[in-house]
Amino acid sequence: MSLALKALKKSPWVFHVNTGACNNCDIEILDCLTPRFDVERFGVVLVGSIRHADVLLVSGPVTANVLPRLRRLYEAAPRPIKVVAFGACGCKCGIFRDGYNVVGPMDKYIPVDAYIPGCPPKPETIISGIVKVLSQL
Amino acid sequence: MVKKIPIGPFHPILEEPEFFELHVEGERVVKIDQTIGWSHRGIELLSEHKTWDQVPFLVERICGICSCSHPFAYVKAVEDLCQIEVPLRAQFIRVIAAELERLHSHLLWTGLAGHFLGYNTVFMWTWKFREPLLDVLEAVTGNRNHYAVMRPGGVRRDLPAEEIPNILKLLDRLEKENDLLTKAIVDDPVIHARTKGVGVFNKTMCRLYGALGPTARSAGYDIDARRDHPIDAYDKVSFKVILCEHGDVFDKAVVRQLENFESIKIIRQCLSLIADTKAGDICAEIREVPPGEGFGMYEAPRGEVFHYVRSNGGNMPIRHKVRAPSFNNILTNNVSVPGNTVADAGLITAAVDPCYSCTERVGVVDRRNGERRVLTEADIVRLSHERTDEIRRRLAAEAGRE
Repeated sequence: MSLALKALKKSPWVFHVNTGACNNCDIEILDCLTPRFDVERFGVVLVGSIRHADVLLVSGPVTANVLPRLRRLYEAAPRPIKVVAFGACGCKCGIFRDGYNVVGPMDKYIPVDAYIPGCPPKPETIISGIVKVLSQL
Repeated sequence: MVKKIPIGPFHPILEEPEFFELHVEGERVVKIDQTIGWSHRGIELLSEHKTWDQVPFLVERICGICSCSHPFAYVKAVEDLCQIEVPLRAQFIRVIAAELERLHSHLLWTGLAGHFLGYNTVFMWTWKFREPLLDVLEAVTGNRNHYAVMRPGGVRRDLPAEEIPNILKLLDRLEKENDLLTKAIVDDPVIHARTKGVGVFNKTMCRLYGALGPTARSAGYDIDARRDHPIDAYDKVSFKVILCEHGDVFDKAVVRQLENFESIKIIRQCLSLIADTKAGDICAEIREVPPGEGFGMYEAPRGEVFHYVRSNGGNMPIRHKVRAPSFNNILTNNVSVPGNTVADAGLITAAVDPCYSCTERVGVVDRRNGERRVLTEADIVRLSHERTDEIRRRLAAEAGRE
């Protein structure tokens, strides 16, 4: 294992993108950072820029407006980058599957390493998803 | 010469994507351009292809934080169309779920505002206080978010009698914790310095822009759909509509904090009144939906939600119109942000509690020399934190001199 990967495993930094989700996934992600679940114990931190990130966390069905931005984010990400599809919408567009402005799911456009299903996923599911992503490395 | 700062559309702290462009002269914002529509999913059209009973599941996914308010307004619209009476017990359960949601939404906002100010302790504490609330919601409705309580004619799930003591215990606890938070906000000199007189939006402007919810009430604009158009059990409970007068960020925080107490009061009254109703009588049957139209409105945590449905007598709505409060409230930034500094802009745009998700970066264009710089979201938060630290140091120095 390279040094970079070893370091990444200790502390994966997450950049979170909402591609048209209903906020619930997003507040559950924030919930994970707060005292009860506290994923910062594992070195998981939300960062403000994709250029600092090791994990790209995408929640929401991809809307037509957001798609070019999502592609740009993926291209701008430093490698290696792990992409996680979050929530029912991130995995399979959920209830918005038939929407005229929804072009997702996201795995049609960028390669996905892990799926965390649920509407919204419970924090326990999120933590187990993080563990799975890390064990892939 | 004015610089332009684009903010967005991705932002790791709040929710939906939104794009702002700040025009600044030096540090002062002179104009703000806003682009919305990143999250457009075509919900109204989707809803016209779902049956009357399926639509609540769709509309609660309009916004995850208002996931009781949208279905509430929708089922009221359908009941208005069918002219049916909801059983008393169902009315109380609806109000209890909706007010629990308001509590969790307001606490969530206070936490995020604390984070913006550089008070991460406030963020961690409020979200810690919020957890037991989510547990109760899970016990009562079956899910931490997306409660799926509402259904045309009543509610989907009865409130088990053994849950009532748990809710009361939670309310006692929340009342104390909310009191502590309110005092922490009202008494803190740094929060005063950072938020008082910042992002002012006055009463006349509220009327012009159609501001709703806490954004309007913080400026003294007396509007609350729960009192003005009481639906379900709201005419059976008593509560105060909280008003402030200045319309700045501080007042917006205070309005939300005080509303939490009112919500606690409403839930307590409902819990005592629900004891007289018959268990299991939670849904009036709707045989068919007649042709016609109906509307329903409800005061969501962010303001008034309005739903309109039209039927041709079939099993689906042929038109469903949704009007959410954030659309009006986001526009108030056009007035409240100019005149403030870039460091305050993030706080002010967050203060209306918009459903906006992701503001990934801010670009600055200087109108004086046409120079363009790009600020990331991290920079915005850093600017805001630096400002708080500076005020803290200044106050400490002043205290030292005295």
